[in-house]
Amino acid sequence: MTEQIDKALAREYEAGFVSDVESETFLPGLDEDVIRRISAMKDEPEWMLEWRLNAFRIWSEMEEPTWAHVHYPEIDFQSISYYSAPKSMKDKPKSLDEVDPELLRTYEKLGIPLIEQQMLAGIAVDAVFDSVSVVTTFREKLSEAGVIFCPISEAIQRYPDLVKKYLGSVVPTKDNYYAALNCAVFTDGSFVFIPKNTRCPMELSTYFRINEQNTGQFERTLIIAEEGSHVSYLEGCTAPQRDENQLHAAVVELVAMDNAEIKYSTVQNWYPGDENGKGGIYNFVTKRGICHTNAKISWTQVETGSSVTWKYPSCILKGDNSIGEFYSVALTRGRQQADTGTKMIHLGKNTRSTIISKGISAGKSNNSYRGLVRMNPGAQGARNFTQCDSLLIGDQCGAHTFPYVESRNPSAIVEHEATTSKVSDEQMFLCQQRGLDPEKAVSMIVNGFCKEVFKELPMEFAVEAGKLLEISLEGSVG
Amino acid sequence: MSNTKSLLTIKNLHASVEEKNIIKGLSLDIKPGEVHAIMGPNGAGKSTMGYVLSGRDGYSVESGSVTLDGEDLLEMETEERARAGLFLAFQYPVEIPGVSNLEFLKASVDAQRLARGEEAITSANFLKEAKAACKQVNLPIAFLKRGVNEGFSGGEKKRNELMQMLLLKPKLCILDETDSGLDIDAMQVVAAGVNSQRTEDRSFIVVTHYQRLLDYIKPDFVHVLSDGKIVKSGDASLAQELEAQGYAWLQSEPTEDELEG
Repeated sequence: MTEQIDKALAREYEAGFVSDVESETFLPGLDEDVIRRISAMKDEPEWMLEWRLNAFRIWSEMEEPTWAHVHYPEIDFQSISYYSAPKSMKDKPKSLDEVDPELLRTYEKLGIPLIEQQMLAGIAVDAVFDSVSVVTTFREKLSEAGVIFCPISEAIQRYPDLVKKYLGSVVPTKDNYYAALNCAVFTDGSFVFIPKNTRCPMELSTYFRINEQNTGQFERTLIIAEEGSHVSYLEGCTAPQRDENQLHAAVVELVAMDNAEIKYSTVQNWYPGDENGKGGIYNFVTKRGICHTNAKISWTQVETGSSVTWKYPSCILKGDNSIGEFYSVALTRGRQQADTGTKMIHLGKNTRSTIISKGISAGKSNNSYRGLVRMNPGAQGARNFTQCDSLLIGDQCGAHTFPYVESRNPSAIVEHEATTSKVSDEQMFLCQQRGLDPEKAVSMIVNGFCKEVFKELPMEFAVEAGKLLEISLEGSVG
Repeated sequence: MSNTKSLLTIKNLHASVEEKNIIKGLSLDIKPGEVHAIMGPNGAGKSTMGYVLSGRDGYSVESGSVTLDGEDLLEMETEERARAGLFLAFQYPVEIPGVSNLEFLKASVDAQRLARGEEAITSANFLKEAKAACKQVNLPIAFLKRGVNEGFSGGEKKRNELMQMLLLKPKLCILDETDSGLDIDAMQVVAAGVNSQRTEDRSFIVVTHYQRLLDYIKPDFVHVLSDGKIVKSGDASLAQELEAQGYAWLQSEPTEDELEG
């Protein structure tokens, strides 16, 4: 059966094509001059450049972390290009008609038409291609509600006070090695501002695409939900199939003011490398949100891509009665390695957090859950519930769980449940005896395993996620 | 009977599990519409027979032949055998957490329809059929939404198997000790379900340890399986004889002339 599963997992990566667009790409290398050039490309104000240079100095003195349960050759940060943008974007197209059709075709091929009339109703998209935002749809409609949804490079120009106030407020520059690097070299990403007592009228989403070779993508996302507001945001990511590893080091910061709610969903499908572990994206991401009084942040992630993932979307539950949630499906196959989980930092009274993590390992992959639940002295009556389930497909993969619990308040309650199971021969036989082929059987069993997480995704994307899993598992049975 | 085409023909089948021979020269011929009971002591190879016929991984055929509807069954993959009309009702149905019964059943029915070149059934039509099947096996409709066998009692699992059979409408049903662990009421429900499915062209292999079930599902033939082959065959009265005398007298008999029918 193991053989069957491995065969079914050997599938084509559907998003692996390369778009033929002429790009302006920096030569590989990183120094202060490169940072000045990135800043100049974006016409940034002086304070932004200073912020970047400061980050670069901090990063230069930091060491790359090695505590995660992942193995990869040392990254040569001088061999990466830190900026690449389609030449056609240089003149800043005013409307979709002016955007290079090849860029639009790229997104269409990925199933994300950027023409508003063709889009799923009710979803606004910011499309980021290598280092620049290509287009952001439905901006006018959103601005009627007072919602700002634009590339962060534009926000730096137009809303400097908001950016200055919040950028780095949740993830400080010196937080960790990759976050510091991102602060120095980030190129684009999305900026979202939801005014007081406003329910964002549409789903917001950003679609990240790496196209150029030897280029790193360093995106920066900042979402601010003012008092009593509500927003649901989704990001998706893909990259061409290449033999070289590429680095993606993003930082996402969420700010949920009193009584606000942010729902952040990720469908991550970066190129995972081939069966032997050649190529693929290194996905080293820092995501964190802060919840003020009665606020709620919910992270949902479906991680199927990347050769190495290092990612812990976290919540700082600062305000009393605030809520943090983390729902995760991480699928690894081939030689993929994932070390992912969350941190729930309970500071306020009666704060609550829920962690549901589903790890699926197939092939020769390694899948680790790493999570921290911290109850600070002030977290009177706080509660956490954690459930970590691992599903093994075949007998050559690994599943690991590293839960850390620090409780410094005796009234806080922390619960942890963990299970490990296998896709059993009996289950496969039952499915096949009823006429299902082995691929369908595996994907159905895995989808069932992930159900609790999928139901947290916005409806349109729950279907997508299920399909993505199905494609990812094709060939895992044989 | 002899001029009717056979549905299932097993000829001198030898099969093993983990290099241990379990089936040792099994022959059996089943015509459309017939109900054959397979009885025998523990370890005779009754369950193995069902697994070998349905093509379970790890059960290897050493020699012999099996045809279903004239097609070489042994050449087919497990799912192809199912699509060709072979259904196995499990003795111990396994759970598939999180996959709803309805989703599982529709996928199964669709897989079989597509294999026959038919279109997938519409959700509305399927729901109607599934509800009717639920009712027929005396399961609450809510079971359609629950995970496959997830948290079901022994009796509920068996009825769920029967419901799958009703929806898949197979040509050949193998019931593997469907009576085990059932009380008399549940057994009557199962028997009534099976009897309602007896048609001129649907055949059954009823594997059972006890004669009890055969009071409710009347077999056309009864075979005694012992040490991997059929040692005696007869009509329904053989089951009663076995109930009275046990299996020991058969196991000590010479085995040259065991093959009847």
